[in-house]
Amino acid sequence: MSSVLKIENLWVSVEGRAILKGVSLDVKQGEIHALMGPNGSGKSTLAYALMGHPKYEITDGRVEIDGVELNELEPDARARLGLFLAFQYPVTIPGVKVADFLRHAVTNVRNPNRKEGEDLMPMRDFRKELKGRMEELDMDTDFARRYLNEGFSGGEKKRMEILQLAMLRPKFAVLDETDSGLDSDAVRFVSQSLARLTGPDMALIIITHHDRLLEFNKPQHTHVLLAGRIVETGDAALARELHDHGYAGVRSRHPDAAAEEKEALEQNALVGANK
Amino acid sequence: MTTSAATTTGFGAEAFQAFLATRNEPGWVSDLRRASFGLYQESLGRPLNPEEWKRVDLRAFQANRFSVGGRATTTPATRMGTLLGNHPTTCEAGFAGAVAHVDGVVVDSHLAAELTAKGVLFGDLNELLRTHGDILKPHLMTRAVKPGVDRMSAWHAAFWTGGTVLYVPRNVVIDQPLYSLIGLATPQTMDGSHTLVILEEGAQATLLEETASATTTDAGLHVGSVELLVGKRANLRYVQLQNWNQQTWHFAHQAGLVEQDGSLQWTVGGIGSRLAHIHQEVFLDGKGARGEVNGVTFATDRQTLSYYTQQTHRSPNTTSDLLYKDVLRDEARVIWRGMIRVDQAAQKTDGYQRNDSLLLSPDCRADSIPGLEIEADDVRCTHGATAGRVDADQIFYCMARGMSRYEAMHMIVEGFFHGIYDRIAVEAVRQTLSRAVEVKLGIGQ
Ligand SMILES: Nc1ncnc2c1ncn2[C@@H]1O[C@H](COP(=O)(O)OP(=O)(O)O)[C@@H](O)[C@H]1O
Ligand SMILES: [Mg+2]
Repeated sequence: MSSVLKIENLWVSVEGRAILKGVSLDVKQGEIHALMGPNGSGKSTLAYALMGHPKYEITDGRVEIDGVELNELEPDARARLGLFLAFQYPVTIPGVKVADFLRHAVTNVRNPNRKEGEDLMPMRDFRKELKGRMEELDMDTDFARRYLNEGFSGGEKKRMEILQLAMLRPKFAVLDETDSGLDSDAVRFVSQSLARLTGPDMALIIITHHDRLLEFNKPQHTHVLLAGRIVETGDAALARELHDHGYAGVRSRHPDAAAEEKEALEQNALVGANK
Repeated sequence: MTTSAATTTGFGAEAFQAFLATRNEPGWVSDLRRASFGLYQESLGRPLNPEEWKRVDLRAFQANRFSVGGRATTTPATRMGTLLGNHPTTCEAGFAGAVAHVDGVVVDSHLAAELTAKGVLFGDLNELLRTHGDILKPHLMTRAVKPGVDRMSAWHAAFWTGGTVLYVPRNVVIDQPLYSLIGLATPQTMDGSHTLVILEEGAQATLLEETASATTTDAGLHVGSVELLVGKRANLRYVQLQNWNQQTWHFAHQAGLVEQDGSLQWTVGGIGSRLAHIHQEVFLDGKGARGEVNGVTFATDRQTLSYYTQQTHRSPNTTSDLLYKDVLRDEARVIWRGMIRVDQAAQKTDGYQRNDSLLLSPDCRADSIPGLEIEADDVRCTHGATAGRVDADQIFYCMARGMSRYEAMHMIVEGFFHGIYDRIAVEAVRQTLSRAVEVKLGIGQ
């Protein structure tokens, strides 16, 4: 049976300000969706809200996986239901080794009812699996002993996100600008690796401005976010068009949303000026 | 034991006389107490050194509510809420000997027979002063912690109740660690433990000491002292894990003195107490002496943990390396005031001190005040202090990978302590500290 991530009329506020204004989206296991939109349109907000970041408050609508509502669930419960977010800005955790971090993560996600303190995945099995995944991703196995994201370059951080995805094998993976900060060879490599990792058991929601990450992961659906609303949905051709020609066309086709975008930008500038 | 002595609270002249009457100790020991009591009474008229105490709030402390222990106890060591030793009354695998004190009274003491045969002494201070006073007298409160330093040292020197002694003769190497427990069980009791460790030239030993309470609710007081005397080429690892309940006041003078080419590795764990103030000194007395201090503290609720540390270099080519790592939560407060002193003679000194704090809540507070006083001209001394907060994004990141909030917090705290765990060579201590962190975080309860 294939799982479904259902987003229904989702409204999300940050610090009391509405950012997403009624987003609806159905994603089935095995599908690839591209989510595009200009800076500030709310792409990361959607990603964080799906994962349950406390700053991103769902004020209306609902998110569910196979009928289980996520709205009130803690992020760890969502991860254990098969949701994954590759962060646009991965966080550094000093003193915590990549291998230790991942061993906890993998154990929890594979045993969703595990309580803290209960046994971790056996070290031997874990090491073997991690080594295999790192080799597939062309990562130096020394990374396993480094502290998570500490002193990592931009590209290394993004690869670490993909490694985590490879180990956790989620049903639904949201990739938030995983291609930014990578040179074109690296993007191509990540795109290829992703294609190998995914399959009928994994759905991807790829947030990007470009179409390079999509090269080996051709989306069946492309959605355009503008001022917190999905204003257009198409196929891979739409992603290509946006990559080649930018968002001017989208704005002219949706003048109301474009006006809201402008207003939000001005408000942002004001907030910034007051700080 | 006399009833009148048992009912005299406080630490005035009457209480002192009553206490002295119960002691069965050599005359020179009682003389030392009397002299110290005089110093104590004098010191009451003077303020405590403001540089050391001004950040420590003692307003709620009332000494007269407590009475000195060291007379009797009915509580076995197994009743203590210990972290390190599961059954400190038995010489379980891994320990070469164990001594336990409750309410200032020794309740258990033993040492592996082959070590006794080699001349090692390990046991209660009271008893060993009677049987081996000649060995201990030159060291007791004469070299590392002298009675006259301040009110706390004089108070302790007059009213000390007992404590663990470890004496290791020349070139004797003890591989397995020794265990010492200091417990409090009777409410309103003052423990006056005096830990005395003497390593002769070329000797080696590891002593793990823990303080613990029988209940979480009874008020207690510790006015203690630790003296670590490390001879030439000797090597001592000493750990004290302060794990009193949160109703206990802890005041201590603790000092280590290292002779030529000797080495002291000293680990301090600060977990318990309502308020703790430790005056900790390391004296690098002989050429090439080395002292390493590791502090791991985790303060929660309304606890105050205060450390006043001094690294004193008195000879050339000496090294000191101090690292305190503090985690705070709730409304807890940690104060660290450190000083590296280098005498004129101590050329080629290498001194280091550092204090890092991790703040888990908005209302906790950490104060770090490093300092240097250098009279030699060819030295390398550095210090540093950092304070950071766990931010919501780190927690969120861990949780997004399937970890519970506690597990995320645990991971981040363990990561913070990681650098210091790497320095602590004794696996049992690392595990114990790690377990203490779990208890503090409320995991596994
Ligand atoms: N953590 C935050 N704090 C304050 N404002 C935020 C935060 N996250 C997003 N926003 C605001 O929400 C809007 C959408 O941002 P974001 O979702 O990051 O857009 P995108 O990822 O599409 O560039 C912007 O106006 C931004 O300023
Ligand atoms: Mg973004």
